[in-house]
Order: sequence, then C-alpha cells, then structure tokens
Amino acid sequence: MEKNSVTNKAKSTFRNMVISLAFVTLTSSVALAFIYELTKEPIEEAQRIKIITAIENVMPEFNNIPTEEMYLLPLEGDTIKLYPAKKDGILVGTAVETFSKIGFNGTIRLIVGLQPDGAIYDISVIKHKETPGLGDKIEKQKSDFTDQFKYKYPDNFILQVSKDNGDVDAITAATISSRAFCDAVQRAWNIYKEINEK
Amino acid sequence: MTHWNNFSRGLFKENAVFVLFLGLCPTLAVTTSAFNGLGMGLATSFVLLFSNIVVSAVKAKIPDKVRIPCYIVIIATFVTIVNLLMEAYTPDLHEQLGLFIPLIVVNCVVLGRTEAFASKNSLIPSALDGLGTGLGFTMSLILLGAIRECLGAGSIFGFEFIKTGGLIIFILPPGAFLVLGYLIVFVNKFNNKST
Repeated sequence: MEKNSVTNKAKSTFRNMVISLAFVTLTSSVALAFIYELTKEPIEEAQRIKIITAIENVMPEFNNIPTEEMYLLPLEGDTIKLYPAKKDGILVGTAVETFSKIGFNGTIRLIVGLQPDGAIYDISVIKHKETPGLGDKIEKQKSDFTDQFKYKYPDNFILQVSKDNGDVDAITAATISSRAFCDAVQRAWNIYKEINEK
Repeated sequence: MTHWNNFSRGLFKENAVFVLFLGLCPTLAVTTSAFNGLGMGLATSFVLLFSNIVVSAVKAKIPDKVRIPCYIVIIATFVTIVNLLMEAYTPDLHEQLGLFIPLIVVNCVVLGRTEAFASKNSLIPSALDGLGTGLGFTMSLILLGAIRECLGAGSIFGFEFIKTGGLIIFILPPGAFLVLGYLIVFVNKFNNKST
C-alpha cells in the first residue's frame, strides 16, 4: 500500500482533494497550537524584560517592580503607560511610556523618566522605524541627541526644535524625527502634569 | 546526481539571489547590515529545509490540483513557527526584521524549491537541496549586508571601524539596488570566465 502510493500519485478526485487539504491544514494547526503554547511564556518574558530594562535606563535606582504598579491612560487611539519607580516605598520617579505619530516612518515609542519634581531624568527609545543612519540617531547608542533633555524642566524648556523656536537642537538632516521625538516627550509631560494636578 | 551536487547547486551554480534572481524583495529590504542579512538568511534556510522535507514526504498523497495550496500551508506553518521562535528567543533581531519574517511565506525561493525539486525527488536529496539553497541565500544576504554596512555605516557586524560613519545612501533603499547590481556584474563576469 505504502509503496504503491509512492509510484501511483493520488488522483485529483474531489474526495482525495478534500481529504488531503483537510489533513494538511489540521496537522499544521496542531503543530502551530503546540509551538504557540511553547513560546507563549518566553515571548511575554522577553517583552517584560525589555520594558524593565527600558525603565532601568531612565530611572534612578529603585527596588519595587514598576510593571506591577503600572497604570495606563487611553489617548488618541493609543495608550500612555505610567510606571512608578520607588525605592523603599518612596517615589523616585515615574517612567512614562509615550508615543508620537508624526515620525518619518510609523509610530515612535519612547520611555521618558520623570523625577518627582518634574525634571526629565533620562529618555530611551523603545521602538521606531526611522531611517537608519539619519533618524535612528534618536537612539541613545547612536548619538548624544537625548542627552540635551537630561535634568530639564519641560515647563521652561520648550520641547520644540530650534527651527520651530524651541530649545532642542535637532539631529542634522533628521528634523522630522527630532520633531516627533519632542512631540512624544511633550505628550508624556502633559499627561504626567494632568495626573499630578488631579 | 550525487548528494554533493544537490547540496552545492543552490550555493553557487543556481544561487537564488545572484543567478536565479529569486527572493529579491527581502534581499533588498533587510540587508541594511550584515547581521540582519544573517538572521533573515537563517530564517529562510530553516523554512526551506523543513518545507522541502515535508513536501517530499507527502508528495504522493497530494493530488496535483490542490498541490499549491497544500505547499503554501506547509510553508506558512514553518514560517509561523520561525516567527514565534524568533519573537521568543531573539526579540531584538525579530524587531529589526519585523514584517519580513512573515513575508517569507511568499518568498518565491521557497515555493520554487518545493515545487521544482521537492515535489519530484525523494527525502534526502530534497533536504540537501533545501539546505544548499538556504545557505546560498544566506551567503548572498550576508555579502550584500556586509558591503552595505561597510560603505553606509562604517562598521561590520556592528563593529565600527570608521568613527564618522559612511555614505548613508548605501543604507537607504537605493543603495541596495546599487550594490546588488554591481555584485551581479561580478558574478556574471566570473561565471562567463569559468564556462
């Protein structure tokens, strides 16, 4: 039987076609369900580590688990996430996961660390698709663009590029990416202020 | 035909990128650095190897009229597996390659090899063919990515050797076409000499 079927290819009858398609799709669904279950936890873990590392990059030392105290706010069809970082129960800062939709290529996601007094502690890029070599200089590893935001108070530091009469030195040849970066930081600041005034 | 022929054909003589011109979309899009080329190449090799093996194993049971849908389902299954595994274990690379991993499903190299080779040959030759084609594809992508990264960013595999950076055009899409074009010129010159 097995040998016969190798030499005689299955005929294209309706019955054969239905059986083979059903068999192939069923087998692949089972395989995928299995792999999905297998990778579900590692994927969640990888994403959690990514957020934690990003928070560690933009916050002074803390010893709580900010992802467990996270609260979120829906805004403009997206969400802003706020992670309070505490050391021995005292708030040392809030990491705000923010976004901008005016980037050169897709949404830019940043995490902005704000100290309790409102100063920017540090900023780190989580996700972007800006042009490699130009707009991707918003990443800390690629240029010192983000350093100029450190320890600035957004209330008296205008978060606009100098071309738009702001205080931010844009990345050369990447004004759009720089604008989007400022836009995201401004959004984080607005939300943070709104919440603290409540 | 010996096993070595089945394996090496995809590496040089019928290299998917430089000779057959198949799978050029991911080739051009992801080779902004040598490492991305390596990642994409290995992901495609995995899919090529396993879809060739499975197609070769089930070829007799699949009626001709529905063979393409069946092959595509098999390929898509392996692509989804790669996608999930990369998301779990190499999240950074997965983010870099982004959409191009799911798009391996429609990479014509993969369907090309299953249809032209695995559906007519037995298991071991098909596995070798898939592996050879995949490694040939990986090699081409690394070469293209390395050249673009060298000229465009002044680094190789992330190690910077020119501090001032490079000619950005090589990282941008036009650079992909330029580099690929010149590489094909060299490959053709070499091939003409050897025949």
